[in-house]
Amino acid sequence: MALSGFFLLVFLLQHCTINFLSVINPESFNNVSHFMGTNPLVQFALQPILAFGVIFHLGMGIRLEFQNRLSRPIKYEMEKAAENATWMSRNMIITGVMILLFFGLHFYDFWFPELNTKFIIGDMSGLNAGGEFRYYEELKHKFIDPTRVGLYVVSFLFLSLHLMHGFHSAFQSVGFRHNKYTPIIKKLGMLYAIAIPAGFVFIALFHFINH
Amino acid sequence: MTENGMNLTLKVWRQKSDKDKGQIETYQVKDISEHMSFLEMMDTMNEQLITAGKEPVAFDHDCREGICGSCSLFINGEAHGPDRGVTTCQLHMRKFKDGDTIYIEPWRSKAFPVIKDLVVDRTGFDRIMNAGGFISVNTSGNTQDANSIPIPKDDADHAFDAATCIGCGACVATCKNASAMLFVSAKVSQLALLPQGKIEAKDRVLNMVGQMDAEGFGSCTNTGACEVECPKGISLDNIARMNREFMSASITSDK
Repeated sequence: MALSGFFLLVFLLQHCTINFLSVINPESFNNVSHFMGTNPLVQFALQPILAFGVIFHLGMGIRLEFQNRLSRPIKYEMEKAAENATWMSRNMIITGVMILLFFGLHFYDFWFPELNTKFIIGDMSGLNAGGEFRYYEELKHKFIDPTRVGLYVVSFLFLSLHLMHGFHSAFQSVGFRHNKYTPIIKKLGMLYAIAIPAGFVFIALFHFINH
Repeated sequence: MTENGMNLTLKVWRQKSDKDKGQIETYQVKDISEHMSFLEMMDTMNEQLITAGKEPVAFDHDCREGICGSCSLFINGEAHGPDRGVTTCQLHMRKFKDGDTIYIEPWRSKAFPVIKDLVVDRTGFDRIMNAGGFISVNTSGNTQDANSIPIPKDDADHAFDAATCIGCGACVATCKNASAMLFVSAKVSQLALLPQGKIEAKDRVLNMVGQMDAEGFGSCTNTGACEVECPKGISLDNIARMNREFMSASITSDK
């Protein structure tokens, strides 16, 4: 869980950074999107690794949850779990499944249309009918619908909750715990868990407001 | 509240044997002094049950001074009750008030099956210790005096802190996954930090973790509940140390 988690933390940072280009410089966003969408190394090496990382993290998470549930076949009549552990740490499966559901929307919006355009229609140019890069326009178009924007905002709230526990938990799982560094990791984790989802939300709201 | 003490409603888990399904039963107890320990309150309840011709509630207890780890009650939703850094015998009735309803349940874990009422079978911990929680020392009479081996003060302190684990099982009881990682990591750490323990360190961590999994304890998801509820304040540092030891041993061990 931890190793795939670290990998996904790096991916999220990279994804948010590239998306942020759409706010500050649409041309750069188009160029980077085209590079990421057509570069063979990204498409046929990094993308399969990413897919494996996501599926592995998801599969291990679900397996862990079921195994752990079996470890306590009879539940307590009265349990005050909130007295000794955070909601985020106790409900990673809920926040994780919410993120999984978001993937459905996200893939429907972006990944499946990209696969269709590039590998079924066979158009690798990245250009629209007007001969310009289509990526920025497509992104903006997706964030016109307030329902979709709302779903994105809620989804990133769950991502934030997931990261609030997941970030520092990954370090603990690989045995990285130290009197000096663990408090810094926890603060950094909280910063990451707020800043990255907030960044994605900001991008969605920016395009929704400016459409 | 009477002048003799508190009146309480107790919701107690009753189970005739390991084969029985078990259920919560409700008892009223009177005249409970706030100075009583929780176990003394349980004694009072049992006296009242015996006087009424009912079978007393079975529960584990021994030293009644917080060092044996026997008393194992899940009280009002928390291992060893609402206080911190205490076992059930050190929990005092002043933590409750007149008219309270108190749930008293056994540790819940697949690896800790209920034997009777509030008594659970914790021999899974013994089997984990048997798998590697020891050092092999030749006791022929010429064993080197341990005090003659220099040990950094920090290592000695951390080893001693880990060794204060009394094996009560509160970590398992409180963990949402019924994981025994805090117990096992304390037992791995108390030896791994010392020169005498380093010799068998690889086999120890692999065997103890293997036995822990075989017993049916869950996996750690780092909620930290165990550290909060541990009566001896065993730190999550030990789990991180065991994770390091386990990963290192898994990669470098011949087995």
